[in-house]
Amino acid sequence: MELRGFKNRNATPGYIYFEGEPQAPDSWGRFKKFASRAVKGELFVGLWIVFREMIKFNIHTVQYPMQKLQMSPRYRAIHRLMRLFESGHERCIGCGLCEKICIANCIKMDTKVDEKSRKLVTEYSINFGRCIFCGYCAEVCPELAIVHGDDYEHASEQRAHFGFKEDMLTPLDEFKEKKQKEFPGFGALSRDADQFVKKTPLAY
Amino acid sequence: MIETALIIETVVKAVVVLSVVAAMGAFATFIERKVLAFMQRRLGPMHVGPYGLLQLAADGIKLFTKEDIIPQNTIKPIFIIAPVVAAASAFVAVAAVPYFPEFTVFGYTVHPIISDINVGLLFVMGAASVGMYGPLLAGLSSANKWSLIGGARAVIQLLSFEVVSGLSILGPVMMMGTLSLIDMNDYQIGGVSHWLIWKQPLAFVLFAIAGFAETNRTPFDLIEFEAEVVSGYATEYSGMRWGLFFIGEYANMITISVLVSIIFLGGYNDLWFIPGALAMLLKVSLWIFLFLWVRAAWPHIRPDQLMWFCWKVLMPLSLINVLITGIVLV
Repeated sequence: MELRGFKNRNATPGYIYFEGEPQAPDSWGRFKKFASRAVKGELFVGLWIVFREMIKFNIHTVQYPMQKLQMSPRYRAIHRLMRLFESGHERCIGCGLCEKICIANCIKMDTKVDEKSRKLVTEYSINFGRCIFCGYCAEVCPELAIVHGDDYEHASEQRAHFGFKEDMLTPLDEFKEKKQKEFPGFGALSRDADQFVKKTPLAY
Repeated sequence: MIETALIIETVVKAVVVLSVVAAMGAFATFIERKVLAFMQRRLGPMHVGPYGLLQLAADGIKLFTKEDIIPQNTIKPIFIIAPVVAAASAFVAVAAVPYFPEFTVFGYTVHPIISDINVGLLFVMGAASVGMYGPLLAGLSSANKWSLIGGARAVIQLLSFEVVSGLSILGPVMMMGTLSLIDMNDYQIGGVSHWLIWKQPLAFVLFAIAGFAETNRTPFDLIEFEAEVVSGYATEYSGMRWGLFFIGEYANMITISVLVSIIFLGGYNDLWFIPGALAMLLKVSLWIFLFLWVRAAWPHIRPDQLMWFCWKVLMPLSLINVLITGIVLV
């Protein structure tokens, strides 16, 4: 592989290098520089710019508790556990991949095999005191069961808040009102994922 | 009997001017925050009252109810008296400043000046320079290096620019032959073309620059520049003592604005169709706005640049101005 492209440490094009103004050689040159600067009117340009902004009144303030910014779908905030759209069951199959990949060791899950011989997740908790919101769990999840929500206001009285399964799982009543949206962000399926689905070959 | 009436009138006027200037100073802080915010595409205070108008009251309550901290190792009596000196001198300076044309209430003619002394300008500038002792004493007594540096900067800056403002005002004084601010105002009766700014443009610019320096406003605010000296001489102050410094600074701003308006911009004479009092208010508001505007737009300069600018540029220019004025007058 050609390494030259990596060895070029110069910044990308678009940067303008400024070596500074040339020094005036003598005092007459310095005086000319001073005089030209003195009558340049740069100070008034500055005055005009701030006055223009005041007249335009193009305010960028978000009055936070009343107004909130729309978070990007790729924003990684407090996790959510999703339900299957068809049945309303939890999507999580208890495979333990998220627990395994978690680099902060903050995910803990307990599973058991229920009477229908299906794996059931009895306990699922994330220690948000340790979670670094890296998104590996959402990325590794084969069922799109654990995703990152956009709830960034996680100040709380206790660390344990929103750390348990019942906090993160979509509530059933909310699910019945069809409020659960497919997560578009980190680790989610791409938009054209359906095209790559193949039928399971049954003719073995 | 006349003596008693005079005393009562003076006391009433003093109380009115004191409260109005203090209230205007407090209001100016609100205006300052709003104007700066608009110029930086922000909204400024919005939560207390409609459009944040009651922020003033909230700030006042906060200042008054804050714990009064006097740090260890300070020189206590001086530490306590320094903000009083700063605020009191600013308000004393206001005493000889006329604000409005005289008017009549219930057949009684009121002169809106507390004391019409014939050396009004000298008195105002002298009393305002006493305000230098506020920062100086605060800086020396605070037992804090930043306070000390801030106080030292305050003294060099105010002393240097006193020279410039004194010399620059000499030209107008020579032309008008009086130190009374009322006479200076009356000298410019007759519309915009009689304003002194057309006859003394250089003095106007010099006095304005010196005014910015003497009120510690932005291009020359290195006395309390956060990045270098925390809050300068006011670092150790909190609560109402700090508030006194603040009120003093804004009262000085108002005084300088009034002085510039009276000496150079025609004072409270009628302007076209605008009555004199309103014209005066407009001019003063314009100058206060200019103070804020400049603060939003310009960076501040280094102490050595400040001294260089004062002694090598402004002072020679003001001397030349005095010289030219003298030659023209003779």
